[in-house]
Amino acid sequence: MAERGAPPKVPAIQRRILDAVRAFSSPLLPDDYLEMINPLWSTRELRGRIEAIEPETEDAATVVIKPGYKWEGHEPGQYLRIGIDIDGRRHWRAYSLTSDPGRPDGCISITVKNVDEGVVSPQLVKHGEPGRIVGLGGVEGTFKMPEEMPDRILFVSAGSGITPIMSMIRDLDRREALHDVLHIHSAKHADDVIFGEQLRDIEKRNAGFRLHEQHTQKMGRLGPAHLDELCPDWRERESFLSGPAEVLDTHTGHWEKEADCERLHMERFQPIIGGDVEEGKGGKVLFRHSDTEALCDGKTPILVAGEEQGLDLPFGCREGICHTCVGSLKEGRVRNLRTGEVYGGRGEYIQTCICAPEGLVEIDL
Amino acid sequence: MTTSTYTEVENPLHKLTPEQLEAIGKEFDDLHDEVKADLGERDSTYIRSMIDLQRKLALLGRVMLLGAPVKPLWIAGTTSLSIAKILENMEIGHNVLHGQWDWMNDPVINSRSWDWDTASTAEAWRHSHNYVHHTYTNVLGKDKDLGYEIMRIDPHQKWHPVYLAQPFYNIVLMCLFEWGVATHDLDFDAIRAGEKGKDEVLQDLKGMGHKARAQIVKDYVAWPALSALATGGAELVKGYRNKPRTRLGRRRWKRNLQADVIEAAGRGYKSALKADLTANFVRNIWSYSIIFCGHFPDQTYVFTKDEYEQETKGGRYVRQLLGAANIDGGPLFHVMSGNLSYQVEHHLYPDMPSSRYGEIAPRVREICERYELPYNTGPFFKQVGSVHRTILRLAFPGGKVRPKPGPYKGDKVKNEGEREAVKAAA
Repeated sequence: MAERGAPPKVPAIQRRILDAVRAFSSPLLPDDYLEMINPLWSTRELRGRIEAIEPETEDAATVVIKPGYKWEGHEPGQYLRIGIDIDGRRHWRAYSLTSDPGRPDGCISITVKNVDEGVVSPQLVKHGEPGRIVGLGGVEGTFKMPEEMPDRILFVSAGSGITPIMSMIRDLDRREALHDVLHIHSAKHADDVIFGEQLRDIEKRNAGFRLHEQHTQKMGRLGPAHLDELCPDWRERESFLSGPAEVLDTHTGHWEKEADCERLHMERFQPIIGGDVEEGKGGKVLFRHSDTEALCDGKTPILVAGEEQGLDLPFGCREGICHTCVGSLKEGRVRNLRTGEVYGGRGEYIQTCICAPEGLVEIDL
Repeated sequence: MTTSTYTEVENPLHKLTPEQLEAIGKEFDDLHDEVKADLGERDSTYIRSMIDLQRKLALLGRVMLLGAPVKPLWIAGTTSLSIAKILENMEIGHNVLHGQWDWMNDPVINSRSWDWDTASTAEAWRHSHNYVHHTYTNVLGKDKDLGYEIMRIDPHQKWHPVYLAQPFYNIVLMCLFEWGVATHDLDFDAIRAGEKGKDEVLQDLKGMGHKARAQIVKDYVAWPALSALATGGAELVKGYRNKPRTRLGRRRWKRNLQADVIEAAGRGYKSALKADLTANFVRNIWSYSIIFCGHFPDQTYVFTKDEYEQETKGGRYVRQLLGAANIDGGPLFHVMSGNLSYQVEHHLYPDMPSSRYGEIAPRVREICERYELPYNTGPFFKQVGSVHRTILRLAFPGGKVRPKPGPYKGDKVKNEGEREAVKAAA
């Protein structure tokens, strides 16, 4: 089954009416007919319409989306899966929400950096048009403010890593809670700073918000050593780090040596599959529906091994998020390639996109 | 059933060398991959528009049938609904359930989530049709669609006196096709052989009952009731226009009006019910006819279990090619038959979007010609005629394998639609 959007928050009375008229539309749903008038009315999955595409820098743009039903809200810093039809196929991608939950027009926004060889980003940044309908998946992510509001905050971001942090800053700004916040952001040059103007404006309006822009073309890269200079009290601040993998790695190394990692929050854009996790021994997978066998080494997900055998298996995000690819385990155990954990019991549903077999595995797919 | 008498008409499969079979397998694989790589917006637009058209036709038909007692509305509404039901079953349901559109990654137009307007549950159908029939196509004793377990459709099937009744139950099956198929999906052979557990059978029956109830409520209760409401309401409005002024007259008027409204509502219900019955009936006869033309015309070959077991990839393609038969026709006919008039192409590639069958047909014919293989096809009435002739003849003992056409030597391109497709591809 293919991945679908999150269930929308439909008023109870509407649900009841729709259930009642199902007798007239079976086996279809009343939805199937209502969607012919307006695809946003779907009660099966939350959809949204692109209202505007606002260029931020030369190669990044903010996509403003109006959800079909009342937005249930998110916590600043979280991300959203977006499904978009391109050349007949629906593609799902996760993007950090850059809007804050209190937006009065009920819209949400994501900010996308164009990757020329990418499938989805050029469609949004370069060829995007208002009016396009997109699927809105679940809101996920643990990169968010702690429940108890910290007194002092440090944001460190680089490139498009600024996106989840922007949602946090907007939220704090709207709630007039920018009391003692330092934001250190790295970008190539001034025009390459996503949200540059808005951040500068926020800084002007809020005495409690300081922005340091590190323009790497002129000023060089920001090393962890710069921290002491820019923010002498960084060890005592609740810190949020977001950016490309190499930036995260250098900073976390420094943090581990010098400070309390409890106070460090991080967002990695690409979940690491395989990464540091100890490699398993792999094994043989038997796909029961097609009676096909595939050999898998310790790094290859079951999904990929099946596809290499020519099987048409269900898949979605391919990074362990959407649960579209799950299959029921009939025999054997699997290793989670993201965590290294080995598990599995008869009948347990496993995510084939991030699991490799540990020995012989039989799966009901 | 005997397995020794297959030499009456030589099966073209046996003339092919292993090298030829391997080459055929490669050629058909390549054609499949070529189309798969080319799928895109043109295709998704096609299926979405088809679904949209089908829903509009269904709605239009239903709305017209609210005035079912009015003859022209009845005729137009029933026609529209019949066409919608045919499109829904053939071009949409059957093909979506084959996974022809799964590549779109759409959560709704997907073989795992789709359900269709017929008595078979999507799940049971995927097993009996997609798996059993498409895997064991025309293998005697394995393909349970060959005569649907109740008919003698091939002279190699052993005669039994019960087959004397097959011309009769053939007609019954035609009229009640959707229910016949749903029952067939239960797979009585497997139940008898003990391959299918009690739980599984119960599960299937439950699913079938659920679908049957939804079907019956929709077509024979809910929509006719709405027609009754509309017709009765119209009568009431009409009656109020003639409301008398005197008190005495009013009493009688009220009584008459009550009777008139009830009578009109009854008429509305009955006419709409008849319309829905007719639409289901038309859909059943049509799908029966198209489907029976797929494998039972004279031109097709059957295979033995041995042949199946020794089969290579190329051999599988050849079996599908020889076991299926097309129906000639124009673009509209192909769409109404769910492109099962390209049964040969469909059996070669069950998961290829149906709209592509017409486009690859000239290339399939070209492969047939090169390897001196037949390409089974014929006009609708000839094909359906030969099926009924067989059913009548084989009701009685004996019968011979019908003469088969030789290697394909006809036109590569058959109609305007194909001509355009070939031009576009070039």
